[in-house]
Amino acid sequence: MTTTFRILMGATALCASAGLAAAQDVTLTVATVNNGDMIRMQGLTGEFEAAHPDIKIEWVTLEENVLREKVTTDIATNGGQYDVMTIGTYEVPIWGKQDWLKPLEMSAEYDVDDLLPAIREALSVDGTLYAAPFYGESAMVMYRTDLMEAAGLEMPEEPTWDFIRQAAEAMHDPDSGVYGICLRGKAGWGENMALLTSMANSFGGKWFDAEWVPQFDQPAWNEAMSFYVDVMGNYGPPGASSNGFNENLALFQTGKCGMWYDATVAAGFVTNPDDSTVADKVGFAQAPSAEGGQKANWLWAWSLAIPASSENPEAAQTFIEWATSKGYTELVAENEGWLAVPPGTRTSLYENPEYTEVAPFAEMTLAAINSANPGSPTVDEVPYVGAQYVAIPEFQGIATTIGQLFSAAVTGQTSVEEALTAAQATATREMRRAGYPK
Amino acid sequence: MATQRAHKAARLMISPSVILLLAWMIIPLGTTIYFSFLRYNILTPPASWTGFENYYYFLTDPAFIPALVNTLVLVLGVLAITTIGGILLALLLNMEFWGQGIVRILVISPFFVMPTVSALVWKNMFMNPVNGLFAHLFRAFGLQPVDFLSTLPLLSIVIMVAWAWLPFATLILLTALQSLDSEQMEAAEMDGAGWLSRFFYLTLPHLTRSITVVVLIQTIFLLAVFAEIYVTTAGGPGYASTNIPFLIYNLSLKQFDAGMGAAGGVIAVIIANIVAFFLMRAVGKNLEL
Repeated sequence: MTTTFRILMGATALCASAGLAAAQDVTLTVATVNNGDMIRMQGLTGEFEAAHPDIKIEWVTLEENVLREKVTTDIATNGGQYDVMTIGTYEVPIWGKQDWLKPLEMSAEYDVDDLLPAIREALSVDGTLYAAPFYGESAMVMYRTDLMEAAGLEMPEEPTWDFIRQAAEAMHDPDSGVYGICLRGKAGWGENMALLTSMANSFGGKWFDAEWVPQFDQPAWNEAMSFYVDVMGNYGPPGASSNGFNENLALFQTGKCGMWYDATVAAGFVTNPDDSTVADKVGFAQAPSAEGGQKANWLWAWSLAIPASSENPEAAQTFIEWATSKGYTELVAENEGWLAVPPGTRTSLYENPEYTEVAPFAEMTLAAINSANPGSPTVDEVPYVGAQYVAIPEFQGIATTIGQLFSAAVTGQTSVEEALTAAQATATREMRRAGYPK
Repeated sequence: MATQRAHKAARLMISPSVILLLAWMIIPLGTTIYFSFLRYNILTPPASWTGFENYYYFLTDPAFIPALVNTLVLVLGVLAITTIGGILLALLLNMEFWGQGIVRILVISPFFVMPTVSALVWKNMFMNPVNGLFAHLFRAFGLQPVDFLSTLPLLSIVIMVAWAWLPFATLILLTALQSLDSEQMEAAEMDGAGWLSRFFYLTLPHLTRSITVVVLIQTIFLLAVFAEIYVTTAGGPGYASTNIPFLIYNLSLKQFDAGMGAAGGVIAVIIANIVAFFLMRAVGKNLEL
């Protein structure tokens, strides 16, 4: 054995031990959305790192569409860039089935049975939980009580679309900077298509029939789209076709919207006096329906999951349990008050008097989430699950394209009929290409 | 003998870099062509061989014709604005005036602003229908503000891109103007030629070669405009501001269809070559190639 060789051996051994030492300090890369609740979680990173000194968190915070692009390419190509991904109820069943996610086995302390049943079901595949809900949401109407009163109207608990139009017209006053209704117009399957799919469901429409034939040429879609384009054009804010959830939230918080029909999670933001100028003048109602029919509800939960390619699954699980636990809820409540806690995931939150006292929307949110039914979302039988989406891999692509077509209808560049014809053609083409009916 | 051996040695010496460069080009092109024949949506593995199906679906995509037209409008529109505007600006800057140096730097600076940044500034500070500068100007004159990005999306993109490329044209044309023989100009002036004829018979012929360079280089970059569209309109509304690069991005990263994205890439290469061919024939006469 030459000296050189000995030195090399020694160096290798040193490297190996150094590697071992480094392995004890784990850095988790967490990809998440730039929504208020996640930003808050980011702010509390220090608390987690203090409790788990061997785990460091590195955040990748992105806008919803970009996040989806990044995590989807990463997981599909087995990239392994992220240890924890923030994904929604749409991805979980598809990715879970492909074995792209690690199944989650929560500790007894975590109390899995406390999760709201609808949310838990949406995040499980064949009874196995693949993601833990960070916050859950359905849809509801938020409105300005003062403007409603001034207009001489009273919002029923379960409004119809006709009433929404009437109220929007009555409250619309662009000269003083108040627009009757704010709705999502920004193209994207998680933006305007979530809203429009739910709306179409409530008008009796659906994406596909039992044979997977697209249904955009049916009257229900025409009714929903015509209503949407009509109220957006007449009583909506200018530039409505580029407003997504966050843009509308800003508009409502600065008092520019009379009504806003969107995710229930927004209720916590619009009633928070630190962020909202109209905090004490907000009322809530259930998602609208067409004359006593099905409500335009949806069900969504931003959830944390571990990709199969993660190199630190144990640490990732520790982090997920922390971020979605009852303890985290209490931590947020301690730091920023009960209004700021992530809603819609646990039964215990809605039984907690401290929360229901400060959150006037709690009951409404719980009712909305419980009445959402992604298992059979439409009036007629359909071969798919998902209220505001269709849980097939092809949906993202088709709905992105159709979202663009529908946002063109909002700007008036195309008519409702043209947009629907184009949507039908695109959907038919893509479904044939993907080989449906399967 | 010695020269031949020297040649051989020289070839041997440069071969590593040549081979590396060739591989650099051939391998990505080869994989793109290979992928374009696969039915490969990364969400639904595994990939399978489909022949020309991706090409068929790309060329018959309802977005393809609008995207092609938009690409051409974008390229030609920006070329027209930048060359004409560039000539005028270069003529102005070529004159002697106080503060010339600073003005020249200011005129050239837009070229150094990153496309994403300039697009954001245009979108939020100028074209925004509620808070933008244009909206304020419109309101100051008692007009209804225009929502540029949703009613005139392609024009807005053309304006942004032209703003970024105008300095480049100005810079090239200005250097050309500075090499223009002033004695010739004076002679023409003494012979009684007006400024119009001096411009059309002396200045413009002198500039042809630089204009050719401007057009050629800009075309190469304008065919690939992406950041401005991504940041402002995201190709919409509808397909109103989707160009070929954005369509390919949409297919590969929004629909996660790697096969069709690759087919689109191959077709984009072919289109770029066709454009380059005609362009070279049309303007190549001016260059001694």
